[in-house]
Parts: sequence; structure tokens; C-alpha cells
Amino acid sequence: MSNDLVKLSAKGVNLWFGNKQVLKNISVDFEPNKVTALIGPSGCGKSTLLRAFNRMHDLSPDARIEGKFMLENQDLYEKGLSVTQLRRRIGMVFQKANPFPKSIYENINYGLKINDIPKAERPGIIENALRESYIWEEVKDELEKPATRLSGGQQQRLCIARTVALRPEVILMDEPCSALDPLSTLKIEELIVKLKKDFTIVIVTHNMQQAQRVADKTVFMYLGEIIEEGQTKDMFANPKNELTANYVKGHFG
Amino acid sequence: MKLAARERIDGVARTLFRTTGLIVIAILGGIFFMLVWNSIAFFLKIKPMDFITGTQWDPSGEHYGILPLLVSTCLVTLGAMAIAIPLGIGTAAFLSEYAGKRWKNILKPMIEMLAAVPSVAIGFLGIVVLGPGIAAVTGQPNGLNALNGAILLSVMALPTIITVAEDALQGIPHTYKEASYGVGASKWQTLTRVTIPAAAPGILAAVMLGVGRAIGETMTVLMATGNASAFPKGFFHSVRTITATIAIEMGEVPYQTTHYYALFAIAAVLFLITLLVNLVGEHFVNKFRKYHSA
Ligand SMILES: Nc1ncnc2c1ncn2[C@@H]1O[C@H](COP(=O)(O)OP(=O)(O)O)[C@@H](O)[C@H]1O
Ligand SMILES: [Mg+2]
Repeated sequence: MSNDLVKLSAKGVNLWFGNKQVLKNISVDFEPNKVTALIGPSGCGKSTLLRAFNRMHDLSPDARIEGKFMLENQDLYEKGLSVTQLRRRIGMVFQKANPFPKSIYENINYGLKINDIPKAERPGIIENALRESYIWEEVKDELEKPATRLSGGQQQRLCIARTVALRPEVILMDEPCSALDPLSTLKIEELIVKLKKDFTIVIVTHNMQQAQRVADKTVFMYLGEIIEEGQTKDMFANPKNELTANYVKGHFG
Repeated sequence: MKLAARERIDGVARTLFRTTGLIVIAILGGIFFMLVWNSIAFFLKIKPMDFITGTQWDPSGEHYGILPLLVSTCLVTLGAMAIAIPLGIGTAAFLSEYAGKRWKNILKPMIEMLAAVPSVAIGFLGIVVLGPGIAAVTGQPNGLNALNGAILLSVMALPTIITVAEDALQGIPHTYKEASYGVGASKWQTLTRVTIPAAAPGILAAVMLGVGRAIGETMTVLMATGNASAFPKGFFHSVRTITATIAIEMGEVPYQTTHYYALFAIAAVLFLITLLVNLVGEHFVNKFRKYHSA
């Protein structure tokens, strides 16, 4: 079962909200230190799939999940597994930047406190995370400023820093640039490409150019199913499936 | 033709609403004027200093010190808040974060019903249930004291505190909670370190409204606190609040005497306190709104 080329995987996954089936027999592998893009028209279940990996659906009582999710050899839905530990290993960056209504510093410090990281180590980790997320230079003199006063792009990079600070193995990103201007988007894309050295990244995106710029592999979903997956280059150059072809050429979405 | 009719209705409605608005303002102004006018009449006879610092309220002996009444009111209110604030916020947090549909469906109507219980009924419970209970525990002849009043007032302030605090907690964007869960926080950590701090202005508003409710309550404290006019000595002693004093003495006092004016003066003090509490509460509610639109 253990495979060096698989970091994170889903196998035979079905998911319902109430009696509406949103994911249908999904099986997918994500390779370590690669960026994988999840693309597909709105409502096809990309976010739902992404959130299943860090068990965010635990919070919605009407979600029902079948199938197997693995992080290396760890069954993510194993009985008795600590969800909070799991979420530390699988971090998440959300669609809309969601800094806490606290200072810039405290936004990152919060996760460190929660995870019992010794006090003495925290300032260093925070600086490092801000540097890694290419926002240090912009905020180093005003770490006590409320994070909500940052621009949208800065807020999203702060949220990435918050995730990175905990050294997760996998970072899930749900359309992290959808609310940002082109310049901020480019900055975040650069950041994503640099981060894959240390992390396995799965990114949901609506933007075909973005998928081609950042992703090594791409997975195309449609109505809750995976239609096609492969190397990003191949998929955009020679899509095998007609639906994929239409979608990547922008005929619908 | 049709247009003219509609405009006429508009005009009538406008006049009607403006009139009712003016009536409300006039009534308020009238009350305020009456309070101030009679208080001035009082202070022409009694020195303000004697009123504020006097430790004795004994109208028949011409002693008009507000302190014992003020301390009584504060004692009962603080006691009530010491009970109602933790209980209210706890219940609000339970309702908003932990309770399933079934619990909510049971608890919420019960809380609303609690708000609808007349204060005289709660006062009655204080006399026949809580009083003997406190007496039995403390070994006093009766349990009509500040503690009794505080407990009853806490029950009366709870619905307000719970409802407003729950609204505040519910109003916290879901994204904050997701962010917190996302870094591995537990439900409890998320509640205490993210949700409650973010809702703090609304929760403070809830507390202020609760305080306002407790300070102004008359019938319950009148029935449950024993109304001894001696200077209050603590929770296990009988006290006499500003509201109870007014209610007790107003019926018997001859018009336009110093005593009569004195009751207006303490009413004015009560008015100032509740006004202040409401202003502070309002301030936090507004801050809370601003914070949400941001
Ligand atoms: N918590 C939920 N409860 C009920 N239905 C949901 C919930 N979350 C998502 N859905 C539904 O699941 C489907 C897939 O949604 P989503 O995964 O957000 O799509 P995508 O991210 O691809 O746009 C949509 O039809 C959406 O309405
Ligand atoms: Mg989505």
C-alpha cells in the first residue's frame, strides 16, 4: 500500500449532503512535493473533495462520507484518530482570506499556541513563516497592526504564512486567488511554486492559466466525478476526454 | 385621480406617524422635566452633599442620604450579574456552538417563556421558595435579603443576556471558526480564543442590557429583599433598593413635601444610572455592527 509516489489519496469516495450525492466514486492520488490543480465547473464538488481531506465536513451534521482517505499510511477517518493532530499535518488556505480579528503577529502565533510550540521558539517561527510567504518585508514593522487592515492579497499571504508556520505535510488551497487582483495573484502563484519544495500542495482553481502556471498535475472534475487526470501539460495540450477539452478551452465553466 | 388618492394617503400617513413620534418625544420630555423639576425642589431644601454622602435614609427624621439605597441597589445588581453573566454566556455559547436542533427547540422557547413570567410571580417564588431555602441554609429567621433578590434578578436578566449574547456569537463569520479548526484548534479552543473574543462587543452589550434590566426591576426586589432601611451589611442582610423605596413610600407621602421631592431625586439618580448603562451598552452594540460590516 505504501508508495513513495503517493502522499495523499482518496479511494472509492462517495459523499452526500442530505440525500444529494456530491462526490461519486472518487479515486485520486497526490504526489509528494508536487502541485496538483483541481479544476472543473462551479458546483462540481472541488471544494467538497478538498475539505474531505482535512475532515472539515465533520462540522456539518448532514454530510455522509464513504470511502478511504490516506495520508501516507494513515487512514484519515480511522476511529480514535485526533482530528486536531490531523489538521496540523494537512493545512488549509481558504477561498476568502480569513485572518483572525487579531494582530498580524497573533494570527500566526495562535496556531503555534494551539499546537503547544514552546514560547521561545515562536518569534523565530513567525518571522520565518512570514519570510517564506513573501510578506515579511511588508509587515515586519507593524506586526501588532490588526490583520484586517492588510490588503486582500496581503491577508491571503498571511493566511498562507499561518498555515506554513505549522509545517504541515500537505497544504490544501481552495481558490486562494479568486478574490485577488492580478498582481497579488501572481505573487501568490510564485509563492505556491516555491512552497512545493517543502510541501505537497493541492489547489482548487477556476483559472486555466493559473493551473498551467503552477500545477505539475491537473485533475478535472465534472458533476462530482473525476473525468480526467494527468500531467498538466498533456492535459491542456491533448485532453483525452471531450468534456475536458471543452472545459479547458473555456467553452463552459 | 388614482395618483392624487395615493398621495393623499401618503400625506395622511406622514402626518399620523409624525404625530405619534412627537407624542413619544413629548412624553419622554415630560417625564424628564418632571424628574428634574421635582429634584430641584428637593435640592432647595436639602444640601446635595448631604444627599450624596448621607448614610441614613429616614424621611421621618429628615435624613435623606441616598447611600444606603444606592449600595443596596448595587449589591443586588452585582450579585445578580455575578450569577447571570457566567450562566448567560455559558448558555448562549452552548446554544450557538454545541446544541443540536433538538436542544435548541427545547431551550429557546423555555428562555422566551422565562422572559414572559411576570415579576410579581418571580417575587412570589422568592418569598415562598427561595426565602425559606436561604433561611434554612443560613439559620436566619427568614431569607428575605440581598442574596434572594440577586438570585431572582439573575433569573430575570438571563433571557436578555442569553438572547443577545447568542446573537453576537451566531454573528461571528463562519470563516473565523474554519480558520481556527484549520490550524488544529479544538472546539473549545475555538470558542474561547476566537469566537468569544470576536463577539466580545456584542456580549458586553448583552451584559449591559442585563444590568439595565436588573437595576430597574422593582416588584421582585420589593418582595424578596426584606426592605430594611438600615445601611446594608452584605448579601445575607435585608436591603432596600432605590426602586423598592420609591414604590413603598410614594403611596403614603403627602404631596409637595420634602419627602415627596426626595423620591423624585432618587428616581432621577436611578434614571441617570440606567441611562448610563444603556449608553454604554448602545456604544458596544454599535461597535459590534461596525465590526461586522468591516
Ligand atoms: N455544507 C453543504 N451542505 C449542502 N450542500 C452543500 C454543502 N457544501 C456544498 N454543497 C453542495 O455540493 C455541491 C458541490 O459544491 P462545492 O464542492 O462547493 O463545489 P465547487 O467547489 O466545485 O464549486 C454544490 O451543489 C453545493 O451546493
Ligand atoms: Mg468551491
